[in-house]
Amino acid sequence: MFLFLIAAGLSLIFGVLRVLNFAHGTFYMLGAYTTYQLVQWLGVSGGRFWLTALGGALAIAALGGLVERFLFRRLYGKDELYQLLFTYALALILGDAAKMLWGTQQKSVSRPPELTSALHLFGATIPTYNLFIILLGPAIALAFWLVLQRTRVGRYIRAAALDRETLGALGTNVDALYTWVFVIASFLGGLGGALISPMRATTPGMDTEVIVEAFVVVVIGGLGSFWGTFLGALIYGQVLSFGILFFPRFSIFAVFALMAAVLIVRPWGLLGRPLR
Amino acid sequence: MRRIPWALLVLLAALLVPAAGSRFYTFLANDVIIWALFATSLNLLVGYTGLVSFGHAAYFGIGAYTTGILMKKAALPFVLAFPAAGVLAGALALLFGTFCVRLTRIYFAMLTLAFAQIVWAICFKWNEVTGGEQGMPEVPYPDLAWMGSLPVLRDLRTSDHFYLLTVLLVALCLWILHRIVRSPFGRMLTTIRENAERAEFIGVHVRRYELAAFVLAGAFAGLAGGLFGIFNRGVFPDFAYWTKSSEVLIMTLLGGMGTFWGPSVGALALILLNQQIVSYTEYWPFVLGIILVVLLFGFPGGLAGAAELLGRRLWRPRRA
Amino acid sequence: MLEVRELTKAFDGFVAVSRVSFDVPKGGVSAIIGPNGAGKTTLFNLITGHLRADAGRVVLNGRDVTGVPPHELCRIGVGRSFQRTNIFAKLTVYENVQAAFLSHRGRGWNVFASVRDLYRDETMSLLESLGLATRAGEIAGFLSHGAQKQLELGLALALEPDILLLDEPTAGMSATETRETIRLIDRVARDRGLTLLFTEHDMEVVFSIAQKVTVLHQGRVIADGSPAQVRADAEVRRVYLGERH
Repeated sequence: MFLFLIAAGLSLIFGVLRVLNFAHGTFYMLGAYTTYQLVQWLGVSGGRFWLTALGGALAIAALGGLVERFLFRRLYGKDELYQLLFTYALALILGDAAKMLWGTQQKSVSRPPELTSALHLFGATIPTYNLFIILLGPAIALAFWLVLQRTRVGRYIRAAALDRETLGALGTNVDALYTWVFVIASFLGGLGGALISPMRATTPGMDTEVIVEAFVVVVIGGLGSFWGTFLGALIYGQVLSFGILFFPRFSIFAVFALMAAVLIVRPWGLLGRPLR
Repeated sequence: MRRIPWALLVLLAALLVPAAGSRFYTFLANDVIIWALFATSLNLLVGYTGLVSFGHAAYFGIGAYTTGILMKKAALPFVLAFPAAGVLAGALALLFGTFCVRLTRIYFAMLTLAFAQIVWAICFKWNEVTGGEQGMPEVPYPDLAWMGSLPVLRDLRTSDHFYLLTVLLVALCLWILHRIVRSPFGRMLTTIRENAERAEFIGVHVRRYELAAFVLAGAFAGLAGGLFGIFNRGVFPDFAYWTKSSEVLIMTLLGGMGTFWGPSVGALALILLNQQIVSYTEYWPFVLGIILVVLLFGFPGGLAGAAELLGRRLWRPRRA
Repeated sequence: MLEVRELTKAFDGFVAVSRVSFDVPKGGVSAIIGPNGAGKTTLFNLITGHLRADAGRVVLNGRDVTGVPPHELCRIGVGRSFQRTNIFAKLTVYENVQAAFLSHRGRGWNVFASVRDLYRDETMSLLESLGLATRAGEIAGFLSHGAQKQLELGLALALEPDILLLDEPTAGMSATETRETIRLIDRVARDRGLTLLFTEHDMEVVFSIAQKVTVLHQGRVIADGSPAQVRADAEVRRVYLGERH
């Protein structure tokens, strides 16, 4: 489900800014690293973990905002390819920055003490933390969806995704809106990384692994569609697990074949809308 | 300025590199030259037709595996295995391209990426044929004994012989690509890049031309791959991984997409830079990222574009 | 020469063109007029195969050409210019027109020849007839608006069309430029014996050279005939009276 968080941010940026943000995976990774760092300083007891996770996500959100405001904005008039390559360059820079700051060894974050136990379900042992994350995923999705549907900012975002020229003509400060979109998307990515840190090792290279996965999810579900991303993440997860269980040699192949199939048959994804 | 046959001089310089006697320089030059072909093939798509592909490494990889498998397992001679790389890569490009050209812009790019990852996944997992994750180390050199019998080349090593063969083959391929680009076909491609809608209205069947460009680009990338597999003394799945595609795309951009020689210059610049930087620091991606950012903000035309601007200020502009 | 029958097109429920029918006589100058949003450009896009019609037919010289894609249509003799200037911006003026010749004369798939001097004579003579010969080496994107429109015309003419469709050829021009452009178009059409069909919403322009006028309003034809007939038509006056500036 954390893949959904990352993919949602990616989809958001694409829906509004029409750009595929390569650096999104790196934001995810930095979210994990920042949380690790905060945990090193503050520890995980007494609910601190949630604070650090939130802190990590906010830090990344701020980073995203700064990047958009001071760097990315300069490229708006130019070719989409340049914008795309900029996000790639960003991924390279930030990815290595993480290596510089935290080294190449794996880092781990302990689970919050409230959720260190495990549940025995159907003969399998599932850590409560994992269960919690599985439940949290849809909860965050719902919260995010509510924000999109009910708040002013959400309405503006949806409008910008549909027709940004008209929105600008109506007097909205589209520039500020873009920055907010970036901030929110980065928050989601960072949050994904922060929450995943107790479950998986934090290493450099997390970013390249996850970004391609996020691409697949977003393509399957539909670039720019919220529920599409949710659906895409579900399908991706199922295909991968199913594949690993029954056809281990073909599982990676299956995922990309699915991506190709969607693009061939219905390029705007299962729930997306055709781009003008 | 334009009377000087630069291309010929560069070719001559390339042929003389082994004379310097340094294994390292020859190795570097060999690397640059193969990547120059790879990048130029991509430029046919990106720079001339305006189609940005994220999956060009797929054809590079196929070419490498084709030549590698034919020479190592089927013991076919190079003179057959090498063109086979181009043919197979071109055929695959025809298959994939048929689907890709139906899409535009970001969807096109995503599909090229998806197909490339499929190729990678197959190479990664098909242990019996491709050697799977381990790849195929020890791809043999072609039979270059005939070079040893020539007086001038007698004292050179096999790797030098192969280098010279590479220079000649790449020069031939680049010459062909140059002819294509300067032909009416090439001009039609630029009209598609500039304004596909208008191109349709002057009678250009846009999809067919795009597919043709895709196939040609793929075929030449395959040839580059065939050479690289031998040069690298082994063929590995990461030849088709998307990071290879991004490397070659960056080279094309760095050198300048708007010119024919831009990508080759980009290949030279990037490989030399990499060589230098890696000896000082392990943070090459960081440096590369910074270079890219500087490029994107300051020199969108790449090195060749900047050079052209400079050249235009120093010498008289050319007429139509 | 050109017959349009019951052409209809709707976008997501919005009917842009509704059962439009009219004829374009051979060798004459016909015009389609109507206020902004009447569906003129959509109509052109339907005729030239750029859009697929929901219903209706387009017949050229007795041959059904409905839905024939643009790249084939221009081989059958239909030339077109666009409302928003649609040229090859980064190529030179010379290269723009030359490209049209290359494509039209069937050399588009030639990978061996050097393209620089191919069809130089034809290109230059066409440029001269348009008054653009002195600017042949300039980058098309940097030309003035009026010159770009002339280049557009050149691109259409290089295809040696039998019928020329011009979408708002004087859009965005000053009064002087408009007069000059209309004179140019009229002269060129007569020199080459072309049939002309153009859209406009400037009535002056239309009545000065058109022999037949079709009036479009909200996607439907509301009048069709000679300029005098149309000018006298009650509904046309009603529609335009509110639009007069």
